[in-house]
This record gives sequence, structure tokens and C-alpha cells, in this order.
Amino acid sequence: MQHDQDSTSTLLEQVNHALNHAIPLRIQGSNSKAFLGRPVAGEVLDTRCHSGIVSYDPTELVISARAGTTLTEIEEVLEAAGQMLPCEPPHMGHGATLGGAVAAGLSGPRRPWSGSVRDFVLGTRVITGRGKHLRFGGEVMKNVAGYDLSRLMAGSFGCLGVLTEVSLKVLPKPRECLSLRLEMDVHEALSELAEWGQQPIPISAACYDGHALHLRLEGGEGSVQASRQRLGGEEINSAFWQDLREHRHAFFDNTTPLWRLSLPNNTAPLDLPGTQLIDWGGAQRWLKSNAEGELIHRVVMELGGHATLYSKGPNPFPPLTQPLLRYHQRLKSQLDPLGIFNPGRMYAEV
Amino acid sequence: MNILYDERLDGVLPKVDKAALVTELKQLLPDLEILHTQEELTPYECDGLSVYRTAPLLVALPERLEQVEELLKLCYRRKVPVVARGAGTGLSGGALPLEQGVLLVMARFNRIIEVDPNGRFARVQPGVRNLAISHAAAPYGLYYAPDPSSQIACTIGGNVAENAGGVHCLKYGLTVHNLLKLDILTVEGEKMTLGADALDAPGFDLLALFTGSEGMLGIITEVTVKLLPKPQVAKVLMASFDSVEKAGRAVGNIIAAGIIPGGLEMMDNLSIRAVEDFIHAGYPVDAEAILLCELDGVEADVQDDCDRVKEVLETAGATEVRLARDEAERVKFWAGRKNAFPAVGRISPDYYCMDGTIPRRELPGVLKGIADLSEEYGLRVANVFHAGDGNMHPLILFDANQPGELERAEALGGKILELCVKVGGSITGEHGVGREKINQMCAQFNSDELTLFHAVKAAFDPSGLLNPGKNIPTLHRCAEFGAMHIHHGQLPFPELERF
Repeated sequence: MQHDQDSTSTLLEQVNHALNHAIPLRIQGSNSKAFLGRPVAGEVLDTRCHSGIVSYDPTELVISARAGTTLTEIEEVLEAAGQMLPCEPPHMGHGATLGGAVAAGLSGPRRPWSGSVRDFVLGTRVITGRGKHLRFGGEVMKNVAGYDLSRLMAGSFGCLGVLTEVSLKVLPKPRECLSLRLEMDVHEALSELAEWGQQPIPISAACYDGHALHLRLEGGEGSVQASRQRLGGEEINSAFWQDLREHRHAFFDNTTPLWRLSLPNNTAPLDLPGTQLIDWGGAQRWLKSNAEGELIHRVVMELGGHATLYSKGPNPFPPLTQPLLRYHQRLKSQLDPLGIFNPGRMYAEV
Repeated sequence: MNILYDERLDGVLPKVDKAALVTELKQLLPDLEILHTQEELTPYECDGLSVYRTAPLLVALPERLEQVEELLKLCYRRKVPVVARGAGTGLSGGALPLEQGVLLVMARFNRIIEVDPNGRFARVQPGVRNLAISHAAAPYGLYYAPDPSSQIACTIGGNVAENAGGVHCLKYGLTVHNLLKLDILTVEGEKMTLGADALDAPGFDLLALFTGSEGMLGIITEVTVKLLPKPQVAKVLMASFDSVEKAGRAVGNIIAAGIIPGGLEMMDNLSIRAVEDFIHAGYPVDAEAILLCELDGVEADVQDDCDRVKEVLETAGATEVRLARDEAERVKFWAGRKNAFPAVGRISPDYYCMDGTIPRRELPGVLKGIADLSEEYGLRVANVFHAGDGNMHPLILFDANQPGELERAEALGGKILELCVKVGGSITGEHGVGREKINQMCAQFNSDELTLFHAVKAAFDPSGLLNPGKNIPTLHRCAEFGAMHIHHGQLPFPELERF
């Protein structure tokens, strides 16, 4: 267990110093997501000094913790109470922090069924580009007072402010969990997933690895066992999903550029050079390919999706349309007028 | 303090030359239906919060996207404020018109463009009714989950603007959790798409920011919603308690047992009696509180959960636990809850519905606080509560024909909301701030936080033409409200511990 520490004033001081001298800040926790996005030149603002669980009441289904708290600590505390972060945020390295997980907004295999990290954010405390420490949202399930700045912070890669504390909705762990491997080809896998998606089958993860469809079933004993009988296949260890989430699956063990493709779930198998792994029941596809970025972006956007480069490259995030880019710039300049928070991390212009 | 737009506190509105605007509109968009005579405007004076009324400058009823685009461009050029409206069922005055503004009614955009069962989404125009989406999805065994009680009439565009909830939010989420994509028009009449057909989109999460933004950031022109498979079976348990505290604790115990009910509702004695007189739902009129607990999902699991919940309720001290015998009784149990508002309407000439949320553990203290306030203000309060997600709907009973009662009801309502904020809750869970709770925003947010909200607004609508005077109060208004507040030289709720 790490040491609980409230370093609000230290962080606030550093931001105000940066504001006074117009020094860009590179906000980081353990740096586990540094591989994603554009490099940022700036003074490091390390959030790990600001850590600890501020409140957790299992019957309220809410946990609040400082940004520098490790995901591991949060997961352990939840596990002890029989609860979980349903969105399964990937760690991608040792010491991954809550702040980093929310700022990156990445979600694990359960995402299409449970919702994303953003969906579980109830409230945040943020140091703003005007040097103030403010609170948005809260610890209640429903709250529509004012604009939803808390959920806006999720996935904004620290470009709109410094997250200092996050309140997340949590859920009880399902009573039963069971994973299956079913051999079939990719076309059959996608068409089965489309059909099962319209039925009350307790699927909570679905991945096609090029050879077989892997499914996770979660729910009560009755529904899980009934679905297991119906679906057949062989039972596998559910650790498969942690490995998939953390990119420890053999597929990721390679130096070919890795792309994340976010697509409508019912998109047919993609005709792109390289090898693919399908996650999220079809809505997230991993592509290892040496193809030109331009080609990949174009093909995926024509299908209603977008591609992100998970390897080194000049513009890892998918291009924004003209009006969207303009409104990103306007929002950035309103919330971070001096442009000191992770400038250029997502887009050179933002 | 009056709820209608106050230029002294909310900012000066541009004076609009109505005749010139109508002439130019007719020239520019000859086929756009506009209403501008007094008798035509009267039906649009208010939304679901009918005690507050203002006639708009004019009403526009577009049917095609290009009309909305041109109208917005014209209003932008002429500096005319625009208030968007769907079915007008909102309960916070979010669609309350402005004397100097155009009321843009999107109700005629009522086409379901596409239902895709394999992709599990529906693409609809903003004027489509909430329930119509589920009807269109039903042949595929799918439905749209958020179910505000006005779902038979309210439109999806309004649902998005308010981030509407319903009785199944704890398990299935709010509107924001059930959206994929929005097409919008900016204040300048420019098209923009937020979100995607995929589960996420590049850049900042503007879809989340727009959801619940109350027509302040743009006009919604198309909505793509997620569809879910319909639960195979739903069962309802009704538990009676001889104290609201016990009922409140039972709610926590159900969740501690690892069960997330589809719906979990509480009603107090006054509500129970009002409902029973009206609906004859079979509610126990002697109970101090009842809980309705709906469990849904796959049959085997639901049966299992029912047994567990029954045990939890009995251990928590329920005096009676009844499982609805069949679908007819289940519907009857729910009919009582869903008609709680009109039932209360029968026992009082008028009622005023509040929408605060609290951490559930604070329920006993807050109910006690409400009872004390009720006595202090001399007005009865019936409590209906989305217990699963901490969303309270205290209904303040009053008679608008008695001089001063409306003002007293408003003041009592304001106090209840401030009490919710004090215990770590919010002034609104699902109805929105609109015009109604504009003063209470000053209690929930400090001036730095409000300033940041204004900055967000400025990014999308720097000239403040979209729904001005709603959602976010000016600092000037809060200064005035705060000054009024300490008028009696007393802190509100001195008896409460402050953490």
C-alpha cells in the first residue's frame, strides 16, 4: 500500500508558477501511457505525490481517489469488497495511476457491455488553466447541474487541465465468470456476435484472435451455465482477458507498427495489409501493418470509424474534421488560455 | 426573485425588430412555418414547468435541416437569441421562451431514419419520441433503455439536451451512456458531428459535453442511440416498512449483497396514500415507506436474485414483502409509482416537483430536514425517490390561488435543494437546471467554477445567443442571490454537521 498524501498545494503552486512564467507542463503519473500520443516538451508535473483513496463506501457504489493513486491499489480495495471497475482500464505498465487512466480514457475488454472509463466518471477535481482548484460533478449517480466537465476530462490527455481527484462509479463483481474458446472462421465469428448481441446472453467480452472466438460470460450461475451449454466450445482461463487488456497476448509481441481501429461493431472483416485481432465484439480491432498511415486512416474512416497509431509516428491520433478541430482549439484556448497543459499531446494545433 | 429573464441580472438581451425579422425570414425561407400572432404564440408560452410563462418573439417550426441552418445563420447575423424546444415536457423551464427570442421547435423532425439490429443502434431525428424508438426496435427484440416518465411524449432531442434519466438508471445509465453520435448545428449554422458510429471518436469527448448542455452549445439535428436486447424477464418485489430509515438501509443492503436492481423506488406515506386513492395499486396505506424493487435479466438469475433480495428485505425489517404474482400485478405495482405525480396532483390544487440527488446514506437526515422545512413553511411535502441512484423527487403541495403560496413553495424548494448540496449531492439529477434552478446553481458552484462554465459556453457561443439565461447563472445574479440569502443573518441548516 502506498502512502496517502494530499499534495494539492504543491501541484497548485507548480501550475501557478508555470502560468506566471508561461512554462508548458508535461503532466505525468507513472508514464505508462507515454507511448500513446505526441511527445510533449515541458516541465514535468508528476501527480504521484498526490495519492490515496479519499472515500469508498461499497453500498454507495462510488470510489473517490487522488490522481496519483495506483490502479493496483484501487483494484485491490475494490476486490476486497467484492466490487470492480467495470470498464477494466488497462495499466500498460507498472504503477499506472488513476489520473493517467482517466486522462487516457482507455477501456478494457468489457467496454461494449459495461461502458467506457468516461461512462463511470461521476466527478473530478481539476486544476484549471486559470490556476484554480475546482470540483465538477460529484459522488452521486445522477447530476445534470452545469456542463459535464468531468466526463469531458476523460480521454482529453491532460490537455484541458490537471486531474487531481476522480470519483468513479463501481459495481459488484458478477457471481459467476466463465470463459470459452470456440473454433470458427472470422466471418462466422462476426455473424454469430451480431446475432448474440440481440439476445439476452451474458457476454462480457468477445475477441477473435485469428483462429478462434474467445468469449467471457458473466452473470448469475443460472444464465452463465445455460449459455455455456448452448454455446459449446472449450473452457479457458479467464486470465486471457487481463493478458488481452495489457497487450501481453502473443499478437502484440512484435515490432510491426500497431494500430487501434475503432469501428462500428458490425463492420465486415477489413481488407488491409497486415494481421488483425478483433476485440470488443468487433468494435475494436488491432492491426499490425506496415501500410501507409494515410491508407489506414482513409479505409477506416470510410467505414465510420477511426484509427490510432500505438507505435512511434508523427501524428498518432486520427485527423479531426475542420469544424471539429476549430472547436477543439477554441475549447483549449478557453480552458487553458496560456496553453501550458500538455500542449500538442493529442494534436499539434491543440 | 422572479424566474423570468431579468436583464439586470442575466445580461442585456439584444432588442430585436420583430417586423423586420419576420419579413426577412419569409423572404429567405418562404416554406418555413412561422407563428407570430399573439393567439398562435400562447400554446408555446411555457414547457412542462407551466407556472412560468413568456410569449416568444416568434415560433419557427422547421421541417428540413436547411431551414434550421438558414434560420440560425440569420439569427446569428441579426443577433437574435434562439431557444430550442422539443415536445416541451421539460420540468425546469429549459425551453421557456424569451420575449426577444425565436423559439425553434424541432418537433417536426420526427422520422426514424434507420434501425440496425446487427449494429444495435437507431439513427433518428431529434423530434422522435423516446418511446417511439423502443417501439421501432421491438420487432428485433431490442429497446432504448433510458425511460423518463414522460417517455410517451418527450423527444430524444430534449432527452439529449437534458441528459434525461428514468427509473432504470442505476443499471442502464442515463442518456449520455446510451448515445453513439450527435449531429448538431453550431450557433453559426455550421454542421458538426460529435461521437461516431464506433464506440468512441477522435479528440475531446464533445458528445459527453453536449449531452445535458440544455441547448446552450448548439442545436441537435440527429441522434444515434444504442439499442439493448430486451431483458427476458422482469419481476417486482414490494416491501413495506414502518420507518423510512429502515427502508433506506434496506436499499444499501441490497446493493451490498451484490445485486443491481433494474429499478429501485421508494415512496413515503403521503405518496402511498395519494397513489392508492387514485390507482388502487394494492399499496399498504399504513406503511411509512414502501420499496419497489425490479429485478430483470435472464430468467434463472432473476429468480435467484428475487430470493436473495427477499431475504435482505426481511432482515432489514420489512413488515411485508410481496412478489408480484404475474405480469398484471407487476404492471399495477409500477402504475402506482408512475402515477405518483398526478396522484399527488389530486390531493392538492398544485404541486411543485423537486429533483435533488444525494448520497443514499444521507437519506434519513435529508428526509428529516425536509420534514422540518415542510413544517417551517407550512406546506406538505410528499416524497418519491429513485432510491437506487439517490435521486429524490420531493413534491411540494401548494395552492397557487392562495396569495404567497407559490412563492413559499419556491422558497421551500430552494431550501430542499440547498440541503441536497450540503450533504454532497446535486440540485438536479435528471430534470436540468433550466430557468428554474438558476439561483440554486450559485449554491452548488463557486464563482471560479461558474466562470469555467462560462468559458465553455464562450468556446461554442461567444455572443450568448443560444438559450441565454438558462443553466449557468451570471456572477452578477449569484452576488444578488447570495446577498438575499444571508438576509436574516443566519446560515441555512445550522443543525447540520459540515464535513
